[in-house]
Amino acid sequence: MRLLRDLLRTPEGAIGLGILAALALVALFAPVLSPGDPLRIAGRALLPPFTDPAFPLGTDRLGRDVLAGILHGTRTSLAVGLAAALAAIAIGLCVGLTAGFAGGLIDEGLMRVVDAFQIVPSFLLALAFVSVIGASVPVVVLAIALGAWADPARLTRAQVLSIRERDYVASARVIGMHPAEIAFREILPNALPPVLALSAIIVAAAILTEAALSFLGLGDPNVVTWGSMIAEGRNILRSSPSLSIFPGIALVITVIGVYLFSEGLTKAFAGRRLEP
Amino acid sequence: MLLIVVVLTFLLLESASGDAVDAYLLSIGGGDATVAQSLRQAYGLDQSMLARLWLYFSSLATFDLGWSVAFGRPVLDLILERLPNTLLLMGSATAISFGFGSALGIIAGAKPESIRDRVLSTASLILYAIPSFWLGLVLSIVFAVQLRWLPTSGIETIASGKAGIARAADIARHLILPVGALALIYMALFLRVMRSGMAEAWTLDFVLFARSKGLSRSRIVLRHVARNALLPLVTMLGLQSAAMLGGSVVIESIFAIPGFGRLAQEAVSGRDAPLLMGIIVVSAVLVVCVNLVIDLVYAALDPRVGASEPNS
Repeated sequence: MRLLRDLLRTPEGAIGLGILAALALVALFAPVLSPGDPLRIAGRALLPPFTDPAFPLGTDRLGRDVLAGILHGTRTSLAVGLAAALAAIAIGLCVGLTAGFAGGLIDEGLMRVVDAFQIVPSFLLALAFVSVIGASVPVVVLAIALGAWADPARLTRAQVLSIRERDYVASARVIGMHPAEIAFREILPNALPPVLALSAIIVAAAILTEAALSFLGLGDPNVVTWGSMIAEGRNILRSSPSLSIFPGIALVITVIGVYLFSEGLTKAFAGRRLEP
Repeated sequence: MLLIVVVLTFLLLESASGDAVDAYLLSIGGGDATVAQSLRQAYGLDQSMLARLWLYFSSLATFDLGWSVAFGRPVLDLILERLPNTLLLMGSATAISFGFGSALGIIAGAKPESIRDRVLSTASLILYAIPSFWLGLVLSIVFAVQLRWLPTSGIETIASGKAGIARAADIARHLILPVGALALIYMALFLRVMRSGMAEAWTLDFVLFARSKGLSRSRIVLRHVARNALLPLVTMLGLQSAAMLGGSVVIESIFAIPGFGRLAQEAVSGRDAPLLMGIIVVSAVLVVCVNLVIDLVYAALDPRVGASEPNS
């Protein structure tokens, strides 16, 4: 709660939280705001925006409501972004914790795998993964997580290595605590804050990656996403550019919200450290 | 490290349902089982997984990346043919974004929390949030479709018969939009890193010392603060090289540039496992090379980092 108050005191945090809260509401109430399947044909094709009050943002080539697509696309973007980031951070924490705590050969081996994942462009990896397994929402989530877990793993390991030598860990060892208990009760909570600060960046990157994947036609074809809407509009870019521009704006606003939130969070953490 | 990349990629592509022969038969309208069998034999797809992994490694040692089924040509030839375009795109985008990004970062970081700093920081935040492919589309709507100043796609005018400088100028004209789309976003990133590095450097003791010595402000900014902030920026450049290569896939697809990224997309749609594998291996090699150069630059910038010292 105190963190939330600190967060709201920074302008970045307040704006970011506001944007994210609004988007979460849109995502939750998308079926109420625009009932029905957003992929169904709703009206005349290629209606320009701001002309028909029934379709404020117009319709696309097949006569699908653009506003409905954007509202429902919020769900996909947020869900995929959050799920992928969550998976990436969970994998990263486990690997980093194991590597940092076990040391020796296990550490060496795990870090070489991390190296391998860091030198392969994660977007190429996701592209290959989705194309091999087939496009569906869980596969896209996994593909994005696969390219994003290496950074949190490295950061967690570095944290663990520095915390492991501290006095309170030594005393926990002296009183005969089980290594696993030390890892999860003493080290993990203290290693977490910087990793959490990184997580907002990972969410933003995951949202952008999802959009790029579905832009290239590798998203789940049964779900409406902003990336696929932009790709769809690209075919008739010359005559009606608005079809690509509106979902893009939604994307930019979302990512800005996440960045601002993360900046506010970092500042709130920093302020906390200053005033003990 | 590269070994692990090869093994992991191999396992990933191995888990695919249906191989290149299936895709090929589908594209020619089907065929019977004996044809598929003989094709698999010809490409060595009927052997066990471990045998093929060993085969891949041994041919990799002689720089043979295998045979692309979709194109009917050696993978290495295809990659080498496309790589220069991508390197041109990435290289110019990196140079521009690094140059402008660090320069603007110095302007912003010269006086932290000033209005100039606030404006630049906010602008870079918004710019950094823009997906590169959407920026590319918007740029091409404005400059190519509406204003008709620049071409929308391709790397050069087809069959223009130009040579020498005229051809170089033609390619440069085609590259303005894609490079711009890629560079603007990374410029924002570099600006942010530079700015925060400088804001931190202002609090360090040697800057305080330089100020108390009475050095001029511009000298302190450039020689003491900016130089120190350049180090994390160079590190960032290395870290981002993999992401930039990935970003060029999408940019190349928008502007129809026959490069590395387009090749990856074609490999995906053709279910061309050897080609996809070769692309991933080569891009990993590329990223390692870039980071090697970065390490050398780092040693040159920071006298504390010796080339002979073992760095972890």
